[in-house]
Amino acid sequence: MTPTLGKDLLGLEPLSAEQIRLVLDTALPFKEISERAIKRVPTLRGATIVNLFFEASTRTRISFEFAEKRLSADPVNVAASGSSVAKGETLVDTARNLEAMRIDMVVVRHAASGAAQFLAERIESNVINAGDGMHEHPTQGLLDLLTLRDHFGALAGLRVCIVGDVLHSRVARSNIWGLQKMGAEVAVCGPRSLLPNAIAEFGVRVFDRIDEAMEWAQALNVLRLQLERMEAGFIPSLREYNRVFGVTSERLARADHPLLILHPGPMNRGVEIDSDVADGPHSVILNQVTNGVAVRMAVLYLLAGGKPELAEAAKADR
Amino acid sequence: MTSTTVLDARAVERTLQRMAGEIVELNDGTDRLILVGIQRRGVQLADRLAAMIGEREGIVPPRGALDITLYRDDLQTIGPRPIVGATDLPWDIDGQRIVIVDDVLYTGRTVRAALDELADFGRPSRIALAVLVDRGGRELPIHADIVGKRVELPAAGRVDVLVETLDGRDAVIIVEDGA
Repeated sequence: MTPTLGKDLLGLEPLSAEQIRLVLDTALPFKEISERAIKRVPTLRGATIVNLFFEASTRTRISFEFAEKRLSADPVNVAASGSSVAKGETLVDTARNLEAMRIDMVVVRHAASGAAQFLAERIESNVINAGDGMHEHPTQGLLDLLTLRDHFGALAGLRVCIVGDVLHSRVARSNIWGLQKMGAEVAVCGPRSLLPNAIAEFGVRVFDRIDEAMEWAQALNVLRLQLERMEAGFIPSLREYNRVFGVTSERLARADHPLLILHPGPMNRGVEIDSDVADGPHSVILNQVTNGVAVRMAVLYLLAGGKPELAEAAKADR
Repeated sequence: MTSTTVLDARAVERTLQRMAGEIVELNDGTDRLILVGIQRRGVQLADRLAAMIGEREGIVPPRGALDITLYRDDLQTIGPRPIVGATDLPWDIDGQRIVIVDDVLYTGRTVRAALDELADFGRPSRIALAVLVDRGGRELPIHADIVGKRVELPAAGRVDVLVETLDGRDAVIIVEDGA
């Protein structure tokens, strides 16, 4: 029996390994579409998809928009600012308005953890979480898994270390849950002030020294260091951060094996990652961007029309 | 439920040999000829036909594979989502002679989808259709140029095409009332 993804994609924590594998396997044929002269298939013709971004985003929003257009859907971008209205009210109102406009899917990014689920429980359209607060960013997690699987062939047994500001990172959470479900071993490395207090509950290894992490890991997923973290007092200075936790070519040269380098972007070159590493032979940062469109196409395809009664009707037809 | 073998392994081989000959005849040789199989068994059959053409003509025509799932006209009404296979057409098809190869021709909707997908890759000088089994029951104005075996089968029936590379043996089996 073919697994299904259901109505919404809210995170990787609620998914099974089979469901994650379904998305990754489905993404492979979608990669080929982006290589064609006419980069478009008619699959989601007539579907209206609202990209509802309450937080600034360039890469993720454009990636979703490419994915939607390459499936012949009609994307509408709504860049909402949540600053003036209380967030809960804004979302409820927005949800009601969207429903009234007969849309099919919503891609939502919001600063509040749980915002995507809140929306999904209140509208019939499919909801895709494009990042909710410090909770999850499932399509980023999936594209990281796909990039790792492309390179290593399998995820089971793979050793991946997430480096940097794990505390505030939804990318880190989606990676930890997704990788663990697929049988990979996960570690984190960063200043203790930027690791969750309950990090042990995630079942991950913790490295305080980046050199030890590099000895252990086969791949590093280097997180962006938000500059405002320094202003908020989590770290003393960017230079200090780079000196202790920066992924530099000197450090990588000391490890006894090559490490694959991932970064969700946008990068602070010279802070969490040096330019010669980001542009180096073991960097798959641009592969991540390419895979991002394919993974999002796969998720849109698998979710579209994912309503329980449709599946039942189809069973009765057979 | 009754099942009847209408082509056994040797009959499949003979039928494909005849179809290979007809493909070459229809296209006046192998010049600019590309065989495009429809996933999954059409791809296997296209490989076999290409090898047979190679034995006869000394040139193995290039092959491609189409997965038409994303071009289906019933995606809004079925569920769960079908698995999408690989489309692999690494040739410039402008001005080429394409032969679409599939195992069974029934409603014609798969071929309609394949024609749409090919149009997204270019403009062949002609497109022909070769199928191992034509079971009737068309819902669209589509016909096959080259047919291995014709059977008239009511909607409740089913044609199973087995190919050695996927199923361990070659055979065409008709299952009546086998919904």
